[in-house]
Amino acid sequence: MKLLATIILLLIPMSVFAVEPDEILQDPMLEQRAREISKELRCVVCQNQDIDSSNAGVARDLRILVRERLVAGDTDEEVISYIHARYGDYVLMRPPFNATTAALWLAPFILAAVSLLIGWWVLSTSRKRRTSVRLSAKEEAEVARYIEAKKAGEP
Amino acid sequence: MVRALAAIPFLIAVIFGGFFLWGLDPDRDPNDIPSVLISQAVPYFALAQVEGLQTASFGRDDLMGNPSPVIVNVFASWCVPCRAEHAVLTDLVESDGQRLFGINYKDKPEDATRWLAELGNPYERIGADSTGRAGIEWGISGVPETFIVGPDGTVLYRFVGPVVGNDAVADFRQALVQAGALENEAGG
Repeated sequence: MKLLATIILLLIPMSVFAVEPDEILQDPMLEQRAREISKELRCVVCQNQDIDSSNAGVARDLRILVRERLVAGDTDEEVISYIHARYGDYVLMRPPFNATTAALWLAPFILAAVSLLIGWWVLSTSRKRRTSVRLSAKEEAEVARYIEAKKAGEP
Repeated sequence: MVRALAAIPFLIAVIFGGFFLWGLDPDRDPNDIPSVLISQAVPYFALAQVEGLQTASFGRDDLMGNPSPVIVNVFASWCVPCRAEHAVLTDLVESDGQRLFGINYKDKPEDATRWLAELGNPYERIGADSTGRAGIEWGISGVPETFIVGPDGTVLYRFVGPVVGNDAVADFRQALVQAGALENEAGG
């Protein structure tokens, strides 16, 4: 029990890593929405982090901006599109599907289809090869004759 | 048919090799974020004057209807690369007659004033962006960043990081030529 409590206490600071106390909103509902939105937005300085977990100055500014827009009554979509308009597709952790991101979204499916196609082709051709190497009646007879001769030759 | 299959490993090697070659290209910057602002109108912003400076401030309206393109530089006294870039920008103003506006990003007025007193003030106008909100409107990821704004208020070019070093300066001058702010320089 004590151990469990210790682990939980150790994990709490990790989950509120970058968001500083002065940023957190009074309204827990709005704060929860702000956290969810922040997880969808990429930090433009340290690019593999969302702004929720980034300590960069711009990330902090964006977190504050997200909260300001929420307090002003914006919906989640409005907040995200506000920042999207200024920083482009890059700022979204889940980029939208359009002409420039089509390759990104479609490549896994195309690669899977191609590999399945190649796999199917390899299997079907090898099966055909197996049937084609079956011995003819003449060859079978020759093999039988050879085996007979071998048996007869050995005591 | 089966022989064609033997080419697959080779094909895969070529594709991966090409990818690695692309990844090793020293000119490729993985931190490069394409700006959505290029060929768009200047975002809305209006800045206050830096306290203690005589230089007037500016906002979106001051970038509309200029006779020639304007360089907008985002700088701060706490930004070390800005110090190096300062000489380049001063040179562009003094030797090439460029117009330079500055956004003083998240700076203390007294620090900015001291910094400009020490290094010289090449800026025609300076706005104080104490909250960094104008920086977000411009879509910047850090300082310094430098933009070229056309006479009609269209953002023509964005340079991330300091315009320092022969390559960077050459790129920036090339952008100024394209914007029509500089004469085409023969080999210069």
